[in-house]
Amino acid sequence: MATTTEIPATLNKDEILRYSRHLIMPEVGMEGQQKLKAASVLCIGTGGLGSPLALYLAAAGVGTLGLVDFDVVDYTNLQRQIIHSTADVGRKKLDSAADKLKGINPFLNLRTFDTRLSSANALELFRQFDIVADGTDNFPTRYLVNDACVLTGKPNVYGSIFRFEGQASVFATKDGPCYRCLYPEPPPPGLVPSCAEGGVLGILPGLVGVMQATEVIKLILGIGDPLIGRLLLVDALGMKFRELKLRKNPDCPVCGTHPTVTKLIDYNEFCGIRGEEKPVSSGVPEIQVEELKRRLDAKEDLFVLDVREPHEYQICNLGGYLIPLNDLPKRVNELDSSKEIVVHCKMGGRSAKAVAFLQQAGFSKVHNLAGGILAWSDRVDPKVPKY
Amino acid sequence: MSKILIPTPLRQYVGKQASVEVTGATVAEAMSALLEQHPDLRKHLYTEEGKLRAFVNVYVNDEDIRYLQKEATELKAGDQISIVPSIAGGAVGL
Repeated sequence: MATTTEIPATLNKDEILRYSRHLIMPEVGMEGQQKLKAASVLCIGTGGLGSPLALYLAAAGVGTLGLVDFDVVDYTNLQRQIIHSTADVGRKKLDSAADKLKGINPFLNLRTFDTRLSSANALELFRQFDIVADGTDNFPTRYLVNDACVLTGKPNVYGSIFRFEGQASVFATKDGPCYRCLYPEPPPPGLVPSCAEGGVLGILPGLVGVMQATEVIKLILGIGDPLIGRLLLVDALGMKFRELKLRKNPDCPVCGTHPTVTKLIDYNEFCGIRGEEKPVSSGVPEIQVEELKRRLDAKEDLFVLDVREPHEYQICNLGGYLIPLNDLPKRVNELDSSKEIVVHCKMGGRSAKAVAFLQQAGFSKVHNLAGGILAWSDRVDPKVPKY
Repeated sequence: MSKILIPTPLRQYVGKQASVEVTGATVAEAMSALLEQHPDLRKHLYTEEGKLRAFVNVYVNDEDIRYLQKEATELKAGDQISIVPSIAGGAVGL
């Protein structure tokens, strides 16, 4: 596999000892280890998927790793982003990752890019590496990475996760399909509010991220059967692995025989996101948490409706009446339209939809609690746990 | 009978089942039977014009129906239909 580095990748005595368990396998050997050292891999994202990916590639002796991440370590990341530790909360993810990666392998040539990947920088960045591993968490970036990989001729080692399931494949090789061959169009944003279906089993990005690392190493070494033209589906709960065939679409706008996408586009626009996503609550009557507190303390006759899920209610609640958003249409008769109703959820998104629905159903005295129970915790009662 | 495997994001619309058994000689018939049993699914899988949404792929066993006979693909007993939506971590397609 062609590499971008010119320097011959010889191994010194320390490296030979370090990688001995690779070297004694004929499938790797000195030649393979030198290929690893000569290779350069760009990891987009140092989060859930990026953590195990980068850790294993560094350990394996990949010579040059590029990391792209603009984000800062958050407390809630620690449940799954194992490259970061508690002491790193608040630090730039790149700095945190760099410490751990160099700690594992001081021979690593680490290049960090403290930037948001965009159409303005992707092509130039990708040209400097042999392989790109996509560990991102949003659709616009997925399409950007895919298109930039096809346009620069770099394989895209893909992994994605959701709750208990994952997908892995290798896109954008010369004869193989690209991401757009599988999914020509992204889903429209806001089809499901981001806070309603959230959550991910902490181990899942570990499982899928290491699969990505495995595929990267196989591509570099030229051994095994890579996931080109294959979509691996992982069901962690059932511990079942299935495979679906992926074909290169001859009509693919990016990698087909007559491509129409020959340069990078505005991916936010492609995914239907126009600037700041317009909150659903525009036009929906709102009430602030301070106002709600004041009125509850004054014992006003307010009905508080909580549209979150039962397991969220168990984490924390305001004593509201629980009807999960999806059940609202069939349980609306449990509500009294003559009463003033304040609807809340975790952050205000689902409750805004609930208010809109209730208004259409003829309820005129409904308000959305702006910012949800999180805002209540922030500004009214810090004893309410955030999640 | 064919089994339709339901991806996680859609299970809430089929009473939390991971798969649904349906009868149908073709994919179209099987999907129709699925939607009859679980009408809430329709808007997540199909557009207003009745076309399968572009970010959802349907497979019969391990083949994408786009490369078979699309919704006219014939089914034999024991075939598994998979609905495979695009996922991207924090963001959800469905």
